[in-house]
Amino acid sequence: MSDLTALSVVELQQALSAGETTSVEVTRAHLDRIAAEDGALGAYLHVDGEAALRRAGEIDAAGTAGTGLAGIPVALKDVFVTEGVPTTSGSRILEGWRPPYDATVARRLKDAGTVLLGKTNMDEFAMGSSTENSAYGPTRNPWDHDRIPGGSSGGSSAAVAGRLAPFALGTDTGGSIRQPAAVTGLVGHKPTYGSVSRYGLIAFSSSLDQAGPMARTVLDAALLHEAIGGHDPRDSTSIDAPVPTVVEAARRGAGGDLAGLRVGVVRELGGDGAREGYDAGVLERVAEAVALLEGAGAEVREVSCPSFGLALPAYYLIAPSEASSNLARFEGMRFGIRVGDDGTRDIDEVMALTREQGFGPEVKRRIILGTYALSAGYYDAYYGQAQKVRTLIDRDFTAAFDDDVDVLVSPTSPTVAWPIGARVDDPLAMYAADLCTLPASLAGVPAISVPCGLSEGLPVGLQVMAPALADDRCYRVAAAVEAALGAPLTDRLAERAA
Amino acid sequence: MSSEPTPDTAAHPALDRQDIAHLARLARLAVTDEELDRFAGQLGAVLDAVAQVQRADVADVVPTTHAVPLTNVLRADVATPSLPRDAVLAGAPAAEDDRFRVPRILGEEA
Repeated sequence: MSDLTALSVVELQQALSAGETTSVEVTRAHLDRIAAEDGALGAYLHVDGEAALRRAGEIDAAGTAGTGLAGIPVALKDVFVTEGVPTTSGSRILEGWRPPYDATVARRLKDAGTVLLGKTNMDEFAMGSSTENSAYGPTRNPWDHDRIPGGSSGGSSAAVAGRLAPFALGTDTGGSIRQPAAVTGLVGHKPTYGSVSRYGLIAFSSSLDQAGPMARTVLDAALLHEAIGGHDPRDSTSIDAPVPTVVEAARRGAGGDLAGLRVGVVRELGGDGAREGYDAGVLERVAEAVALLEGAGAEVREVSCPSFGLALPAYYLIAPSEASSNLARFEGMRFGIRVGDDGTRDIDEVMALTREQGFGPEVKRRIILGTYALSAGYYDAYYGQAQKVRTLIDRDFTAAFDDDVDVLVSPTSPTVAWPIGARVDDPLAMYAADLCTLPASLAGVPAISVPCGLSEGLPVGLQVMAPALADDRCYRVAAAVEAALGAPLTDRLAERAA
Repeated sequence: MSSEPTPDTAAHPALDRQDIAHLARLARLAVTDEELDRFAGQLGAVLDAVAQVQRADVADVVPTTHAVPLTNVLRADVATPSLPRDAVLAGAPAAEDDRFRVPRILGEEA
């Protein structure tokens, strides 16, 4: 086989089951590409090539390669704990830590026979939209190395777009799968909250965090989603319901027939009177994608969701508040680094010094903001009020889905990937990247980003949102867009490099 | 900022250096002078932006704490193996006699 890293997961499955290649060959091809490209890209924080090849050899020996996901390499965002494999969540405070157990999703992928290539870079504790907040340096966008790959799952997006992995897992709290997918030309899906286990996912904001797939095609993303989804008794927020039929929906959508499907275009996200902060090129590509949906038979109408404008302030109170509580566990006593324990300092001083040196500026800002929003006397005005706004956003979704439409669409990111460094000292400019992805996060509904073309030579994503547990609708619509556009957008990146 | 209740929330106070230092102490976070200066400006701007939630008319709205309504889950009362002690302690910064070793937790006079 010529270039195994150019194949989709589905093509790899076929080549493996036909005996045209082996898991060792596929794994080696990706490791070679990592060795050649990742010095410039910085997508991975940890790669253990020897372990990956050993694992691939076991799958080949067992004769299962090509059955389901067996023998296919995968990359995991470093927010998932992996037994014996370094896990940092992008933070200095966990440097050198090797977890004693696997996250449920990591375990499920292992049981499915996938080969772990490595752990990918991320904004520290998933706080950011550019992957510049990693303690281990930034990741670069394969489309333009001077630009950000999105975040917080920017290591995963760069790895998959750059063909350093066939697909990868990310996590999405306020858009951290969808926005990096959009700005690197990938498909990225945030499943319904509670439908993929959070056990072993290092917590940022527990009422929002959700793991999901990132891939170059809709069907590849669906295959990964199916492998990780489903009830987990170890996660008390896990929904005990069957995994939505996402693979079937992706295949069906690729047929290009959306007759009867009702699509709502959200006015408040880039529509009339709400275009400030959006790139004109992004809005053009999205409008063209909507026209493609109409061409496929969908009924398109504009829908107003008046409370979506308050998603950003609500999110940036709820997420920091939950983070300030969750990150209390990083105190330098049970895992990670400890600073200043020289026998003269008491435990409070050692904790404070450990957290001072272990956390980066964005994490500190959010802990301080969250501590403030939860303080006595301020709770009702900030955190309490934000939770009520969350109810209003949920009502907007319910009203749209109950009466008018089957899915809602919008841009995924208001802009294309911006230059590295451009927003790093301006938290509010960074937060604005999440404008379109936050409503689905706060309401817990599923949302996918699918590539819909280029603007200024950089990828643009269309976001498709659906009611809770109707993830299949996201995949169906995304597959129709992908089919109408012809080939995966990342093929153009490969052509450009060739 | 003080920790007294019932502040005037319509005109929220800006966060100054002292407030940041106090909040950092509550969060067990040592911060440098340079960070205090930087965070005071940045968090003031962020606080102004997030305070927009106070504009929403939510008089009769119940808060949403979770996206998906769930009731509490209890697992069956059956003993299952815990993580192996040695594997857990291997990840700790300091361990002694099969336990986490921590700095002194009480003051000298205690």
